[in-house]
Amino acid sequence: MRRSLILEASVRVLYPSIIVLSLFFLFAGHNQPGGGFVGGLAAAAAISLRYVAGGVRAVRRSFRLDPWTILGVGLVVSVVTALVPLLLGGAILEHGTLKLHPPLLGEVKATSALPFDIGVYLIVIGLVLMIFEAFGEDSESELERVEPPTTPAASVRSEYRPLGQHGSARLWLTPDDLSETGDAAGSDSSGGTRS
Amino acid sequence: MINSLVPLPIVVPLLAAALTIVFAKFRVVQQLIALASLASIVAVSVALLAQADDESVVIMDAGGWAAPLGVTYVVDRLSAIMLVTSSIMLLVVLVYAIGQRGSEATHPAFSPIYLVLAAGVSASFITGDMFNLFVAFEMMLAASYVLLTLGGRPDQVRSGMTYVVISLVASALFITALALLYSATGTVNMADLAERIPELSSGVRTGFSLLLILVFGIKAGLFPLFFWLPDSYPTAPGPVTAIFAGLLTKVGVYAIIRTQTLLFAPDSQQGTALLIIGGLTMLVGVLGALAQDDLKRLLSFHIIGQIGYMIFGLGLFTVAGVSAVVFYIVQTILVKTNLFLVAGLIDRHAGSSRLSRVGGLVRSAPVIAFCFAVPALSLAGLPPSSGFAGKFALISAGLDAEQWLIVSVALLVSLLTLYSMTKIWAAVFWGDPEVEPVQVEGRTGAGPSLMVAATMATVALSIAFVIFAGPIYELAERAGNDLTNPAVYIDAVLGADR
Amino acid sequence: MTVLLAFTAAMLFGLGTWLLLQRRLTRIVVGLGLIGHGTNILLLTSGGGGGRPPVIGKSDKSEFADPLPQALALTAIVITFGVTAFLLSMAYRSWQLTHDDVVADDLEDRMISRRRRDSDVADVEAADLERQSDSAGDDE
Repeated sequence: MRRSLILEASVRVLYPSIIVLSLFFLFAGHNQPGGGFVGGLAAAAAISLRYVAGGVRAVRRSFRLDPWTILGVGLVVSVVTALVPLLLGGAILEHGTLKLHPPLLGEVKATSALPFDIGVYLIVIGLVLMIFEAFGEDSESELERVEPPTTPAASVRSEYRPLGQHGSARLWLTPDDLSETGDAAGSDSSGGTRS
Repeated sequence: MINSLVPLPIVVPLLAAALTIVFAKFRVVQQLIALASLASIVAVSVALLAQADDESVVIMDAGGWAAPLGVTYVVDRLSAIMLVTSSIMLLVVLVYAIGQRGSEATHPAFSPIYLVLAAGVSASFITGDMFNLFVAFEMMLAASYVLLTLGGRPDQVRSGMTYVVISLVASALFITALALLYSATGTVNMADLAERIPELSSGVRTGFSLLLILVFGIKAGLFPLFFWLPDSYPTAPGPVTAIFAGLLTKVGVYAIIRTQTLLFAPDSQQGTALLIIGGLTMLVGVLGALAQDDLKRLLSFHIIGQIGYMIFGLGLFTVAGVSAVVFYIVQTILVKTNLFLVAGLIDRHAGSSRLSRVGGLVRSAPVIAFCFAVPALSLAGLPPSSGFAGKFALISAGLDAEQWLIVSVALLVSLLTLYSMTKIWAAVFWGDPEVEPVQVEGRTGAGPSLMVAATMATVALSIAFVIFAGPIYELAERAGNDLTNPAVYIDAVLGADR
Repeated sequence: MTVLLAFTAAMLFGLGTWLLLQRRLTRIVVGLGLIGHGTNILLLTSGGGGGRPPVIGKSDKSEFADPLPQALALTAIVITFGVTAFLLSMAYRSWQLTHDDVVADDLEDRMISRRRRDSDVADVEAADLERQSDSAGDDE
């Protein structure tokens, strides 16, 4: 894969700053523009920048956790936040605020909307990571391995054929298929050398 | 207040879905979480039904914001009945799916998505807010897209495409309807809408009514919007088809019933339109079924036929008609799920679900034959099956309303259904296969015990349904009374002292 | 302003519907996207005209814009986004399978119509189709 020095260097600066911005959105969200979803999207933008610069491996390096786990934990946090007021005898999703006076910071308002937002934030990040995990790698390895379309687009004009009838339907890549074609190619080449 | 039970059928499956995602690597833990959550939902639903039958409407405002400002969760008798039925079916089908080894059901994503589907179905029944209904539908549909295409096989991708695109068009129409409703009335709360819609001119009212029938009709598979259904359902894995067939279309029917009875004062024009649609849906469903060779597709066409019966009952707009529909929906969900579970067993036992290929199952797997016979008789509506009770209620309601034409269509369709069921019976259970069946190794008997047990459970439920048909019908009648008298619902949501 | 928005929504709906009727998945996806935008614009206009941000204390209550349609539109956008992503991944899968993104006809439908049309030829063809459907459709 070709790498761009300028992009990589600038992402190194941009990535942390966008993450900080996304955290600001996350914490400001309860009564100002922002919130978990917007913050998560900002973080997702940062992650995609890193993907553009360094590929899926760079993304994996920055998030050691499984994308599944991040998504799941996020959903747990959000749903539990929704459930807690129910256990305390209120309505579902009811929120409360807590005013704290820690030294130096003055008055800090903690709302129960925050954990919900954190959950949403994690869900969005987990989702984006999952997308990169699922599709990110293909563009580097698999696409090059797959042969170019055997049927030219024009001949597919008789497109009312059912899917099963397409000759190329066999190109569905299962591990078995891959090993089969590999074997076939191997035996072919060996046959070639023998002759 | 004990009303805190109301949101649980939505929240508990969601929480369980989250936990199953976290435990994606431990399949047994996943299955246990899923089973436990759905079992607890069954208990919650039964409790809610008892409470709703007592107080007629149970309410919780999300976030403590009262209607019409906040989103309200409302459980009335109809919602509670649907909740109980759907949660039981979801649990049974999950057991069946766990029993079916070596299929998509063992995919690590199956449990979370199935639970999200469960949450979406519950949310559609519970919500008292039109936009929230949209969100619930999307939750359910998004999960169903994934379940349908989980295997990623070519036929699944093809049929999944049709399904997703059709559903998306329906969703776009739904948002359009919501936007128009909001600009006309300034609210999306159902009870509030019910108060404000009568103030609109009659033309606008009819337009909204038809637009909503169109939107939900696509999801329910009404004539002429049914074409996607028999294409897409059969390609899904067995248990998934069963839950789709049993529940998803009925959620659409539920939405039609809810909106038509609550929002729009019944008038004869609309009723006639619904009766015509219902009759055509019945006919198309059963005639389509007669032409099919594949068992799952055949049964999918019967889904459409049964939707027709429900719309026929609703179109009468009488207490008896609506009560009969409520009764019939519950019965259909039971029977339909049962039939598709049996179809899955046949598929597994004989290696094919094609009528021309399988045969002689009455000798090789009598258990399957028994599990098929009970719901098949029910579907055809022969006494003393549960289907007889349902159809009898519908047809006597039709006779009371003096709608002779639709009643005769319904009877004719019933006869054709019987013919179709005997066709299946003769092809699958009697006789010999025309083509030698593919013998799959290690598959003797009816199938894995969990799968058979789940199927037997649905059979037992539909037998129990006949035995307790009296009390259930009385309950349905009370629900029908509520539906034809929406003031109860509106007062409960908005408060009687407006 | 509202007229302009209504016109835009109408255009988006029209174009989207046209694209939806194509047989290629990529066009269908784009068409659905356009329809989604159309509905969102419709949703936004349903709240009436624009106004000041609806934050109590920042401006007069009578000048507020209606916040509800915006919230609804946001929800709708998120949902459309998610489903479109799913559709794209299906289109990708379809391309992986067939190197083509044309939505094919239903196999069963064709088998049934062929069986009715011409019994002699159709038997051969149906058997042929059946074989292929089985090879494509075995779930275990």
